[in-house]
Amino acid sequence: MTALAIAAAVKSGERTALDVVDEHLARISQRDAEIGAFNLVLADEARTAARNVDAAVSRGEPVGPLAGVPVALKDNLCTRGVPTTCSSRMLEGWRPPYDATVVQRLRSAGAVIVGKTNLDEFAMGSSTENSAFGPTRNPHDTGRVPGGSSGGSAAAVAAGFAPLALGSDTGGSVRQPAALCGVVGFKPTYGAVSRYGLVAFASSLDQIGPMASNVADTAACYEAISGHDPRDSTSIDGAREPVVAGLGQGVDGLRVGLVAELCAASARVQQDDGLDGVSAVEGVAADVIAWVDAAATALEAAGAAVTVVSVPSAVLGLSAYYLIAPAEASSNLARYDGVRYGLRVDAANAAEMNVSSRSSGFGAEVKRRIMLGTYALSAGYYDAFYGKALRVRTLMLREFAAAYADVDVLLCPTAPTTAFELGAKTADPLLMYLNDVCTIPSNLTGHPAVSVPFGSGDDGLPVGVQLMGPALSEPVLLRAAAVLERAAPSDGSAP
Amino acid sequence: MSPVVPEREPAVPGDWELVVGLEVHVELSTATKLFCGCANRFGDAPNTNVCPVCLGLPGSLPVVNAAAVDFSMRLGRALGCEVRGAVFARKNYFYPDMPKDYQISQYDQPTNTDGHLELPDGHTVGIERAHIEEDTGKTTHIGGGGRIHDADYALVDYNRAGVPLVEIVSRPDIRTAEQARAYVRELRAILLAIGVSDARMEEGSMRVDANVSVRPAGSDELRTRCEIKNLSSLRALGRAIVYEAQRHVELWSGGERPRQETRHWDEANGRTTPGRSKEDADDYRYFQDPDLVPLAPATGTIAAIDAALPPLPAARRAELVASGGGAVSTEDAALLVERDQDGLVRAAIAAGADPGVAATRVANDLAVDDWSPVTPEGLAALVSMEISGRLTATQSKQVLAEMADGGGAPDVIAQRRGFQAMAGDDLAAVVDQVIAGNPDAWSRFCAGDEAERKKLAGFLTGQVMRATRGQADGAAVNRLLQERAGS
Repeated sequence: MTALAIAAAVKSGERTALDVVDEHLARISQRDAEIGAFNLVLADEARTAARNVDAAVSRGEPVGPLAGVPVALKDNLCTRGVPTTCSSRMLEGWRPPYDATVVQRLRSAGAVIVGKTNLDEFAMGSSTENSAFGPTRNPHDTGRVPGGSSGGSAAAVAAGFAPLALGSDTGGSVRQPAALCGVVGFKPTYGAVSRYGLVAFASSLDQIGPMASNVADTAACYEAISGHDPRDSTSIDGAREPVVAGLGQGVDGLRVGLVAELCAASARVQQDDGLDGVSAVEGVAADVIAWVDAAATALEAAGAAVTVVSVPSAVLGLSAYYLIAPAEASSNLARYDGVRYGLRVDAANAAEMNVSSRSSGFGAEVKRRIMLGTYALSAGYYDAFYGKALRVRTLMLREFAAAYADVDVLLCPTAPTTAFELGAKTADPLLMYLNDVCTIPSNLTGHPAVSVPFGSGDDGLPVGVQLMGPALSEPVLLRAAAVLERAAPSDGSAP
Repeated sequence: MSPVVPEREPAVPGDWELVVGLEVHVELSTATKLFCGCANRFGDAPNTNVCPVCLGLPGSLPVVNAAAVDFSMRLGRALGCEVRGAVFARKNYFYPDMPKDYQISQYDQPTNTDGHLELPDGHTVGIERAHIEEDTGKTTHIGGGGRIHDADYALVDYNRAGVPLVEIVSRPDIRTAEQARAYVRELRAILLAIGVSDARMEEGSMRVDANVSVRPAGSDELRTRCEIKNLSSLRALGRAIVYEAQRHVELWSGGERPRQETRHWDEANGRTTPGRSKEDADDYRYFQDPDLVPLAPATGTIAAIDAALPPLPAARRAELVASGGGAVSTEDAALLVERDQDGLVRAAIAAGADPGVAATRVANDLAVDDWSPVTPEGLAALVSMEISGRLTATQSKQVLAEMADGGGAPDVIAQRRGFQAMAGDDLAAVVDQVIAGNPDAWSRFCAGDEAERKKLAGFLTGQVMRATRGQADGAAVNRLLQERAGS
């Protein structure tokens, strides 16, 4: 049952929210030992919340658009009185005294929070293997990763543990796991959704996004959580345009651009003589590209005009990202010093206690990024590293703006490959980082992007294609995503 | 060995010049903190004015307090600064009482730049910048005599964390310890006049660090400086500068050079002691805070601030001196403006009071907290009684004190207390009695040199005062003594 179907059934009295939540809790207890999607299941709290929804329905009181819908929250979203760990030893046992704005908004929309999902520690990773509490497994093949860092949320939706989940996306952390788990993952425009209560990784890139089994549920969740928040200075003023109502309007006349640099193996790019010599990212698998081409064809069939566009700086995104994100992280994660909350490993004095706590509390990938970022911001290196990355970011904004003068949305893969095996990339951080090569540009530009399941790879695992648009293009982006969803082949067919 | 501590100027020998720049941290008296809605209040029970934002809890985000920005821009304009859009930056370093282990401050784009401050003596000190930043928590070390290194443990009060500060950085334009004190006094007067801070050094709402160096007189080089911290009073500021300057002169003169470092003023022992060396200082890794958007004052903001600024101390001093026609000293004018009593004196002058006497009487004898019952007319009447000889200076002071206490008009008070200056023949008679009764002193008075004469005049006047129970005017007695001595 989809989220919107559940909400309709609960509102009409056809089903109770308690029944719905029990059904999902039963699935979790059946299979989450195998998947490991959740750090914490909130069975009692969820049942209480469901009963409250049912009581409101029976009294004829208005209930929200997500009435009775079970939602899983990435465990870097603050929940009042409920442990929020970021899958780190550093925050084990910490209970925030407040709810994140998105959590508040979900509650007032009638949603029922069923648990906190696993992630790469502090959202740093692309496979959910960097969790201090063990990896999450891909429900489609438990020998494979679910992607990351929001791997727990993606797996929860894919396994039917919850119809909706929230993730956070700093370099692709909602979209890439959505692609690998065969669900929809949406990163809204930076500032469209409040970051208040999201434990920061890289503040200028972080954005909370919904994940669901379908586009309409994704859109409904986005409507529930978005909107201005006075507690987040980077939150965009004014009301958001509704997105659910226009989902069925199609893409007739829409201009779609295939990004040459991210789809070098595409037949359309190869056939375009003007693009000879374009430098492109490597490592995007042929089966993935074939499905991107198929998606382009499907959009054309629905009335869109597809062209190939070049955004040269797209290939620089990964390098710029791995300076900017660690730099901000090195500062954001400084507060985990053992003084007031989280892990403390005692030592002779405050400075040594600080070192011993951080040494024990953080995992290897977090330490690596803190060191990278500290270095990039250091006197004498700032200009060559952090400063240069900021200039690349400005260049990308300019080039993407130029591209959006010619097309309405851009099309490319979400992830270079389908889900890979556990342990396949843990020994080589650079190989792991390449997972985000197609998703990072939207974080650097702050633009919205969505991953939609579209076909399966040679290994039979889900492929996701990505649509990107300019700032606040959510309505058109999700409308195009809905077209792809309708055109997506049933399991097993070839492009 | 450390040099002997001289407490007075000149701080350095004539062939050297003192070079001082001051960094003053001022807590703004906004109702709430810089980035959250917690109360900004001194003296509350520890950790009662705190929330997820000022505690730097994971997931919390800062939102800038518009009043704090307004206060800081007001200060900028009062210091003649260029006030512009600005950017918040993170200053990264680890410290247990800093909740986020970075301080939100301003770095390469501060709100206020390039101003100046004119001291009462006319010397002008340049202001490099006045930027906004958040305060840290306050650590109290327990055990080991309260010293950091011997303490058993430490307690942190986060009520102060996130309190808005402005750091005012002067250019190295200060040349004497007295100028440094005058700079701080003047800055404090401006802060009080524009109502942005209570600027209390003793409560820490105004904290001063001094950058001190010396150079050969006539040179314009800037030599190695030391930053002196822990200056909790104007007296400490002056003493520390003099001490440090002498230390530098001694080092340079001995062929050595001071190390660039932070030093602490040791009030008990009257010397500075080395702190952290700047060579191994933290690299703060400043970068623009991505959680905050740049400050962009709306069009017309600066003009509106300028229009709303009250008259500043320098202008008020000038006005008072001008209204006195030269009779009001610059020292009295500075003191009266600092105490907010210049309006009273100006009004009294307008009501006909002698400017010099009115200013002196109030500056010297009205140092009370509440002097509101004293009216300009009453003050003018008192001054005229004193000038006409109806009251002695001593009596005038007592009447003024009673006026401040709500005692009414000066003539009524004088009458009630039986005050009336003894003058003319009555006084001459008493003086003659005293001369007759102290022949030894009198002959020494008549024969003595100037110093001896002064000493004995004091003795003889005292005898007259005793005989008249204080109702004689000292100046008149002195005049009579000189007449009788034939000089």
